[in-house]
Amino acid sequence: MENIDPTESLNLRFGEATFTKQVTKDDLLTVWVPLDRIVEVLRFLKSEIPNPFPFLFDLTAIDERSRKKDGDYPTSHFSIVYHLFSFDRNTFIRIKIALREDYPAVPSISALWANANWYEREVYDMFGIHFDGHPHLTRILMPLTWEGHPLRKEHPARATEMGPFRLWQEKQDLEQSALQFRPEEWGMELHSDESDFMFLNIGPQHPGTHGVLRIVLQLDGEDIVQAVPDIGFHHRGAEKMAERQSWHTYIPYTDRIDYLGGVNNNLAYLLAVENLAGITVPERAKVIRVMMCEFFRIASHLVWYGTFAQDVGQLSPVFYMFTDRERVFDIVEAVCGGRMHPNWFRIGGTAQDLPVGWDSLVKKFIDYFPARLREYDNLVMKNSLFKARTEGIGIFTTEEAIEWGATGANLRACGFDWDFRKKRPYSGYEMFDFDVPLGNNGDCFDRAAVRVEEMRQSLRIIEQCWKNMPPGPYKADHPLTTPPIKKNTMQDIETLITHFLGVSWGPVIPGGEALSCIEAPKGANGYFAVSDGNTSPYRVRIRTPSFAHMQMLPYISRGYTVADLLSILGAMDYVLADIDR
Amino acid sequence: MDEATINHLLIVGGVLGGLLIVAPGLIWLERRLLALWQDRYGPNRAGPFGVLIVLADTIKLFFKEDWIPPFADKVVFVMAPAIVMITVFFSFVIIPFAPGIIVTDLNIGILFFLAMSSMGAYSIILGGWASNNKYSLLGAMRGAAQMISYEVFMGLALMGTVLLANSFSLVDIIEAQRGMWFVIPQFVGFVIFFIAGIAETHRLPFDIPEAESELVAGFHSEYSGMKFGMFFVGEYLGITLISSLTVCLFFGGWLGPDFLPPLVWFVLKTFAFIALFILLRASLPRPRYDQLMEFGWKILLPLTLINLMITAGVVLMREG
Repeated sequence: MENIDPTESLNLRFGEATFTKQVTKDDLLTVWVPLDRIVEVLRFLKSEIPNPFPFLFDLTAIDERSRKKDGDYPTSHFSIVYHLFSFDRNTFIRIKIALREDYPAVPSISALWANANWYEREVYDMFGIHFDGHPHLTRILMPLTWEGHPLRKEHPARATEMGPFRLWQEKQDLEQSALQFRPEEWGMELHSDESDFMFLNIGPQHPGTHGVLRIVLQLDGEDIVQAVPDIGFHHRGAEKMAERQSWHTYIPYTDRIDYLGGVNNNLAYLLAVENLAGITVPERAKVIRVMMCEFFRIASHLVWYGTFAQDVGQLSPVFYMFTDRERVFDIVEAVCGGRMHPNWFRIGGTAQDLPVGWDSLVKKFIDYFPARLREYDNLVMKNSLFKARTEGIGIFTTEEAIEWGATGANLRACGFDWDFRKKRPYSGYEMFDFDVPLGNNGDCFDRAAVRVEEMRQSLRIIEQCWKNMPPGPYKADHPLTTPPIKKNTMQDIETLITHFLGVSWGPVIPGGEALSCIEAPKGANGYFAVSDGNTSPYRVRIRTPSFAHMQMLPYISRGYTVADLLSILGAMDYVLADIDR
Repeated sequence: MDEATINHLLIVGGVLGGLLIVAPGLIWLERRLLALWQDRYGPNRAGPFGVLIVLADTIKLFFKEDWIPPFADKVVFVMAPAIVMITVFFSFVIIPFAPGIIVTDLNIGILFFLAMSSMGAYSIILGGWASNNKYSLLGAMRGAAQMISYEVFMGLALMGTVLLANSFSLVDIIEAQRGMWFVIPQFVGFVIFFIAGIAETHRLPFDIPEAESELVAGFHSEYSGMKFGMFFVGEYLGITLISSLTVCLFFGGWLGPDFLPPLVWFVLKTFAFIALFILLRASLPRPRYDQLMEFGWKILLPLTLINLMITAGVVLMREG
């Protein structure tokens, strides 16, 4: 029963003729399902199949109209891609549907998965694909007054293609009226039987939201009846940009998705690209990557730690933690040259080898940091006021977390042992010895405790990297490594030409599709890269953890007070760029 | 004018002038102390140790546009910051800084202080209400509840010292501490009075009416320029007031060994408590509003009552 191929179960239930299989580079089971069977199939996969796929990892679309077809799968104008994940099987499954109209309609699965709601809104916003039966199908990232759907291929990617911007009086009035807050449109009642509600607009500029996030609160006194996040203020079209950058020049853009996670973003993107290119990364590059990722995990968690303490009113910790983050950045700077956005991983390895003396820098930090963490425990985690503000607040269970797509520390705080570094090791994480900290109650305090412990574990991993840094090249010896290893170009004309093309056009990545999934500091970060054999990606889909977490907010903040909302937001650990991309 | 009147006027002028220097000076002190505890420098550019930042801040506040939001209730909006200033200044009337240096030794001294601090709650309520802003309103509601509740414990907590000194006058209370500072027999009273004092001045950790990360700036979100400055000064004077009252009630006021004059003893003790206020701000998180209320009514109130009863019993026993 354990490991029956899901195709067998699917064929048994729906008949073999229903499905078309597609071979992809990442070897995930990819099946095309007819439009009219999709809800049934997904429901079957979610709950009826043995060892089900309860986790909707991602839902997105691809504009297929100008794609060079490279395989045996249905032609279409658009395709919808569902990535489901099974914890029992420890595997993804990719379900696709082919749509043959210019503005097609698809049945909504928002009744099936709670977190499908925002993903479907995003697909509607970006592609103009309609979801029948969706409760609230409006734009989510773009302004309400935006014309067109940005990720369609006919939508311009550059400002210069769009003509100069003018704000006529009429247009200004229109924009202004679109900003008018009407509670009914947000699905909010004006009053209940007992009381009139107050509507409080938090953000987009507010000291407690850590960025341009707007939350509309429906309040009964100070109790939250409903909290609805309004996102998109930080949307920069990262996925659209990928389509006009080369595979190589897109790397710096990934830095800026989860801007606290630094090279973790590079890694998630490159794992997908290297999968497409068929590059095996040498050991030394893997270990260097792991070490830098863990440094950034510490840096990211330190920012979270300090600002969370500040959210519950503690003034000082944030200064200590930012000072320690500087120490991490000193190392990052010595190694990468950059600090927050080091843009340092390359297709096939890293930009440079580690500098001379890196080991003494790292050793100094390994010796220094544990004492600081103990001090912070006394300062923050053991503080009874801090506990009073976080214990029993914003509780959710493992089932709810999976239903809403929560990952990372937020999922582990419920007591569910799932760390992608352990369960689906990438970049050599299987070589390292570390524990996965877990919580019990799934409240704000447990989420905090898990992250604090994660910093200790990251330090353990760094120490192992420091002790066992393998010798060897820091870049793969592969024609598609970018920039390729220079010394080979001196040998023969063939490698010289590849080198020349690689650094001028950028590498030509063979056609195919690949999904990567890493345990980023904030949760599961995945890149779904689609190539049609060109110098730039055909489509890059970025699945970020914060998007899913923010979608949970209305659900987990209901019934708490305004002050608790800040604890919940703080414990969630999101950054706006990671939500809006 | 006879000498007594001139003397009295000098004292009034001195107290007023001293407070007007202390209030902005505290801004500098707080920023420097916070910086010290948070591993940074704080203001250190203008003048020696950055003290002239006080001057720069004051000039900035005075020259800012005197803005009243069009949606605000103008009269009340202007009145609110004045109330906090006036009530705090009035409270200082009863503080004896040293023997003879007191504006007026009222025989109902402590009651006068309690009356004034109750009036102070109006400034928060009116300011928040007149701003016509939801954040301000939430802040004002929290502030009103917090100040009115903590007034109760504050009043009850210091009744122990009144019993021991058998007088409401602060001069008498200080004189009664010649043998022993009241902090020893009235330790519970001291702790509760100080906690209630923090709540009264709505300083972190009890800055719930302002709660920056939740309510932006709470009841004074809409205030700017000198009207904001008055809330600010009112807050710092409030700290000074609570600190000097603590010193008078529990730490023997101006009493101290002879090598320093009484006034210096008083000022030193007061500043020690001001520094404690600032240290608390640097180190503690903020409880939730309902937790603060619960703490007050369920823990502090019974404690103060027990403390009061025991003190009264002891006093009766000694007399009887």
